[in-house]
Amino acid sequence: MSTLSEKLDRIQVFAPEGSHSALRTLQAHLKREVLRFLSVSGQTLLAPVVTATLYLLIFGVSLGSRVDFGGNVTYIQFVVPGLVLMGIINNAFANTSSSLFISKFLGSIQDLLITPLTPWQYLIGYSVAAMIRAMLVGGVILVVSMFFTSLPWANPVQALLMALISSFLFALFGLISALFAKNFDTLSIFTNFLLMPLIYLGGLFYPVSQLPRPWNLVSQFNPLYYLIEGFRHAVTGEGDISFSLAFGISSAFCVGLGSGVLWMFKNSSRLRN
Amino acid sequence: MSTTTAPALEITNLYKNYGQFAAVKDLSLKIEPGEIFGLLGPNGAGKSSTINLAAGLCRMERGQIKVFGHDVVCEPTQTRRLIGLMHQEVVIDNFLPIGKLLQLHAGYYGLKDDSEWRELLIERLALGPHIHKKMMGLSGGMKRRFMVAKALIHKPRLLILDEPTAGVDVELRQALWEFVREINRRGTTVVLTTHYLEEAQELCGRIAIMNHGQLVALDTTKKLTENHKLEEVFMRLTSSAEGRPA
Repeated sequence: MSTLSEKLDRIQVFAPEGSHSALRTLQAHLKREVLRFLSVSGQTLLAPVVTATLYLLIFGVSLGSRVDFGGNVTYIQFVVPGLVLMGIINNAFANTSSSLFISKFLGSIQDLLITPLTPWQYLIGYSVAAMIRAMLVGGVILVVSMFFTSLPWANPVQALLMALISSFLFALFGLISALFAKNFDTLSIFTNFLLMPLIYLGGLFYPVSQLPRPWNLVSQFNPLYYLIEGFRHAVTGEGDISFSLAFGISSAFCVGLGSGVLWMFKNSSRLRN
Repeated sequence: MSTTTAPALEITNLYKNYGQFAAVKDLSLKIEPGEIFGLLGPNGAGKSSTINLAAGLCRMERGQIKVFGHDVVCEPTQTRRLIGLMHQEVVIDNFLPIGKLLQLHAGYYGLKDDSEWRELLIERLALGPHIHKKMMGLSGGMKRRFMVAKALIHKPRLLILDEPTAGVDVELRQALWEFVREINRRGTTVVLTTHYLEEAQELCGRIAIMNHGQLVALDTTKKLTENHKLEEVFMRLTSSAEGRPA
């Protein structure tokens, strides 16, 4: 058996200069984040699908047959895109906010802060993992919805784009929440008092255009309104606003939040203190 | 300045405050490549703050820290690649088994997984039977062993060990120090903080003693212990009310 000294003679004890790759750093972060949510898949993938199925049963099947709102699609066809997007948004938000906040809470964030991860790599690694989880959940909800109704799929590419941009936007929102949050209470304020009202008042279960004034105008300040309408328009071919307006406004929100996240990863004393 | 000729760690006029509390006050010191350097002091002396500042875990009020000639504030990517840090506090990451975490950690530094090096660390730190366990399933000593392995997985030039042997059994201490000496012989610079003064005396070529955020002694271990035991020197320098050199 070789001694420690002999073994160390065979191995370089320093990483040679030029052997570091920024892409590998990003891959490691992304892989860790994906493995993290897969390791608790009952909670991260299965539970949201069960919730969405219950919504489908209640709003789609049970109440849906009694709702007539004057469109060319049935109520369940109207609701399904909203439910899919709700699954995507909730899970993108939950993935980044819980991952970053728990690592702050347990102190394991220190393991990341001492590595050469750059603000861009934090942003991309966390966000892409959240988008993967969100798209998996959204995809399964879509598959489940096929047991209840069929969708017209007016423009699948646009639908995919809206789903991706929605997941990215709320992954960024989750990061900002986790960076701000000092404890679980603060984090729940973001979830309960901001995210939930935005989702439920964004036209998930009803057409915003049919709301009385001033609520239909107030709803237009809700970013969720543009995401839901854009996605619904791409799926059903019907909606209050055009796809390009929805996509443009959502992209502007992404740029704003993304800049905020980058700034916070670089400068926030809530992270490095 | 080239990585190999510059000091491994150069701290100049460093200040760090936590609110009104001054944790580090005007600290300057230089650690040359290849040293095993002891940073000693009582609890709250500013050792961990200094280490955290060097690793970029918190922000300094004033001063400069360079790692092999690279500024930790201006060139964080370069300096973090060069440093391996074992924290004083046990850091829990309970989502994945420790073997997987170790593999991923090398990737965070942009390196390919070097299985021979990884297996050597696992063997030397006796982690073999535990690599499929998550951190919560490990004993306190075993968690510390894992943290040492993680600090070394990316083959750093500067290894900073903040209380590495607290709660670790004698057998592992011996194995750990043998390993540290062996990689030090091959050029790795080691900065060690410990409350076990005999360990510092045995391992370190030079020792700095901090008290109340200031440096109160900095010399070779031989000179510091010429006339007195290290413990006596330590007590004399750190028990004075002002924490000033006697």
